[in-house]
Amino acid sequence: MKIHEFQARDLFREYGIPVPPHAVAHAPEEAVRAAETFGYPVALKAQVHSGGRGKAGGVAIVRNAEQTETEAARIFGLVIKGFPVRTLIVTPASSIAQEAYLSVLVDRSARKAVFIGCNEGGVEIEVTARQTPEKIARLEIPVRRLAALTPEDCLSFASCLFADPAHAAQAAAIVAKMGSLFVEKDCSLVEINPLIADADGRVVALDAKVAFDDNALFRHPESLSLRDMESEDGDELEAKGEGLSFIRLTGSIACMVNGAGLAMATMDTIKHVGGDPANFLDVGGSSNPHKVVAAFRMILRDPNVKVILINIFGGITRCDDIARGILSSLENFPASVPIVIRLVGTNQEEGRRLLEGTRLSFAKTLEEGAALATKLGGAA
Amino acid sequence: MSVLIDANARVLVQGITGRDGSFHTQQMIDYGTRIVGGVTPGKGGQTVCGAPVFNTMREAVVATGADVSVMYVPAPFARNAMLDAAPSGIRLLVAITEGIPTLDALEAYEELVTHGVRLLGPNCPGLITPGACKVGIMPGFIHAPGRIGVISRSGTLTYEIVKELTDAGYGQSTCIGIGGDPIIGSSFLDLLPLFQADPDTDAVVMVGEIGGNDEVVAAAYVQAHMTKPVVGFMAGLTAPPGRRMGHAGAIVGGEDDTAAAKTARLEAAGIPVAKLISDVVRLLRARGVEPSR
Repeated sequence: MKIHEFQARDLFREYGIPVPPHAVAHAPEEAVRAAETFGYPVALKAQVHSGGRGKAGGVAIVRNAEQTETEAARIFGLVIKGFPVRTLIVTPASSIAQEAYLSVLVDRSARKAVFIGCNEGGVEIEVTARQTPEKIARLEIPVRRLAALTPEDCLSFASCLFADPAHAAQAAAIVAKMGSLFVEKDCSLVEINPLIADADGRVVALDAKVAFDDNALFRHPESLSLRDMESEDGDELEAKGEGLSFIRLTGSIACMVNGAGLAMATMDTIKHVGGDPANFLDVGGSSNPHKVVAAFRMILRDPNVKVILINIFGGITRCDDIARGILSSLENFPASVPIVIRLVGTNQEEGRRLLEGTRLSFAKTLEEGAALATKLGGAA
Repeated sequence: MSVLIDANARVLVQGITGRDGSFHTQQMIDYGTRIVGGVTPGKGGQTVCGAPVFNTMREAVVATGADVSVMYVPAPFARNAMLDAAPSGIRLLVAITEGIPTLDALEAYEELVTHGVRLLGPNCPGLITPGACKVGIMPGFIHAPGRIGVISRSGTLTYEIVKELTDAGYGQSTCIGIGGDPIIGSSFLDLLPLFQADPDTDAVVMVGEIGGNDEVVAAAYVQAHMTKPVVGFMAGLTAPPGRRMGHAGAIVGGEDDTAAAKTARLEAAGIPVAKLISDVVRLLRARGVEPSR
C-alpha cells in the first residue's frame, strides 16, 4: 500500500528522521497562506501515488505570492500518470550542498533486507544501478537485526553516501532510524531521494517515500487509516472486497480463471491466438458461487467486452460450485455477451451436467477455448 | 528415489484442526501419505482423521518421528507456527498459507535455515511424488508416476501442465510448487540440483512467471551445471507493468522481470520456452525425452 509524501514525512518525524516543515494545501489560496508563513522561497510539490512528479511538472520553486498562486493553480490542474492532483505540500526551499540517495527494502533473491545508497541524489536509482553499478552501495541485513543495527554498520554504510565525516555521522543515525521504521511498520519500501546536506551542514530528508506490506496491514490499523481511497483503483478495491483479484485491461475478451498463474497463461493464450484480453481475473481457490456472480458483474461493466472465456481447472475449486455461480449469473445478467467455458477437474461431470442446455459454448482445452472466444467477436 | 519426499516421509500437519487443515489431511491420507500427527496449540490430545494432535512441534516430532511438516495455519499465526517448527527436528517445512507478512516469512526463513530445515513456500500448493506421497493441496488424480520433474511458482497452471504431461504419457518423478510470494524458502536454483542428482528424473519442466529474477538465475545454473534437459513455461507475457497479478510476487518492476525478458534469457541459456501449454510436451519430445509410462 502506497501513501503520500506528506504522510511519509509525518512518519519520518515520528521516528526522528529530520525533514523540513511542510503544510498541506488543497487550493491555491491555502498554498499562498502557507508560503507566507514559511517565507519565500518555497517548494510546491504535487501529492500523487506516482514517481516522476518533477518531470511531469508537479514540483515548482516559487518566490512570491503571485507566483505561488499561479503555480499552485497550474499544479492542481495536472493529471500525473492518471492521478489528478488534489493535494500539494508547501515546504521551505533548502539550499543544497550535497545530494545522496538512501532506501531500504527487501531483496527477494538475498532473502534479506537491504539498504541501498548512492552519493548522488535525485537520481533514478534503477538507471544508475544499471549504468554505473559501482556508484551503488548495498548493506544486506538479516531482518532480525534491522531494528538493532550497530553504530559501526550504519556509519561505514553512511560514509559511502557522504565523504564529510560530520555529514556521514548524521546519515548513520538516519539509517538506524529507517531500520526501526521499516520493521515496526512492516514496510515494503522506505526511500529518501534526495537525502541532502544543506548549506548549514545539516543532513535532511528532502523527500519521503514509504510503502507498506499489504499482507501485514491486518496488524497496523494506524497505517490502514492513511489509505487514500481516491488514489486506489476502484475495480481492484471492489474485487478485493469480493475475494477476487481483478485488473482491467483494454481488450475485448474477458476472462475468468481460478489461480493467478493460470489466469496469466489464459491471457497469454488469448493473445497468442490473435485476441486481446479485457482483464486479469482470478476467482481464487475456494469457489463459492457468489464470487462468480461478482466476477460477472465486474466484467460486464466494461462496454469493450464482446465475449467471456471461463477457464477453470478444479483442484480445491469445485466445478459444480463454479457452474452454480454461472447459472445464477445467467439469471442476473440475461442479455450478456457470448460465453465460452472450459471446465476441468474436481466434480467436472456434475459441473458440466448443471450447464447443459444453457447458451454456453464448451471447449475441451484452454487453447480451443481461446480460439473460439476470439472467433466469437474478440479478434483484436 | 524422487526429490524431497517418498513413501517413507512421516508427515505432520500444522493447523490440522482447522477447516483447510482437516480437509486436506483426509485428502493426503486418501492419496497414501503417512500422516503421523498434527499440531494446533491448545488442542493437544484431540484426534483428527485418526491422527493424534499435539500442542507443539517438538512434542509431535518426539512422539511420532516425523521428518516433514505441512502448514495450513492462517497468516496471522503463521510466524509462530514456523518458529515452532524450526528447532523441532523436522527436515522439511511446506508452508501452504497465503498472505504471510513478508517480514514474518523472512524471519522464519532465517530461523529455519539456522536449524537446517528446508522451507518450501509460503503461498504454495506443496509437492507430490506421484503414487507415493502427496504433501499439499494439489488434486492427486491428474498426476502419474514417471520421470519428469516439475518446479513451478503457480498452482492451477501447474496442474494444467501436469495434466498435459500425464495425458501424453509423461509421468512425473516429483512436482514441486515453490510459491507465488516475493520471499520463498526454496527457489528454482535451490531445487534444480536435486533433480539433476535424482536418478529417477530424466528432464525438468520449469514453470515461471513475471517478477523477480529467480528464473534468470536458475537459467545460468542450468547452462553451467545441468546435463538433463530443461524446458520452460513463462506466464505473464500480457501482464501490464507495475500491477500485481494475483500472486504477491508477480509484478513487473523493471525491464528484466517481464515474461518476454525472462523467456529470452532462458532461451539464450539453452532452455526452450513453451508459448502454449501444449508446447511443453512437444518441446520435451524435441529434446529427445521419451514418455515413461
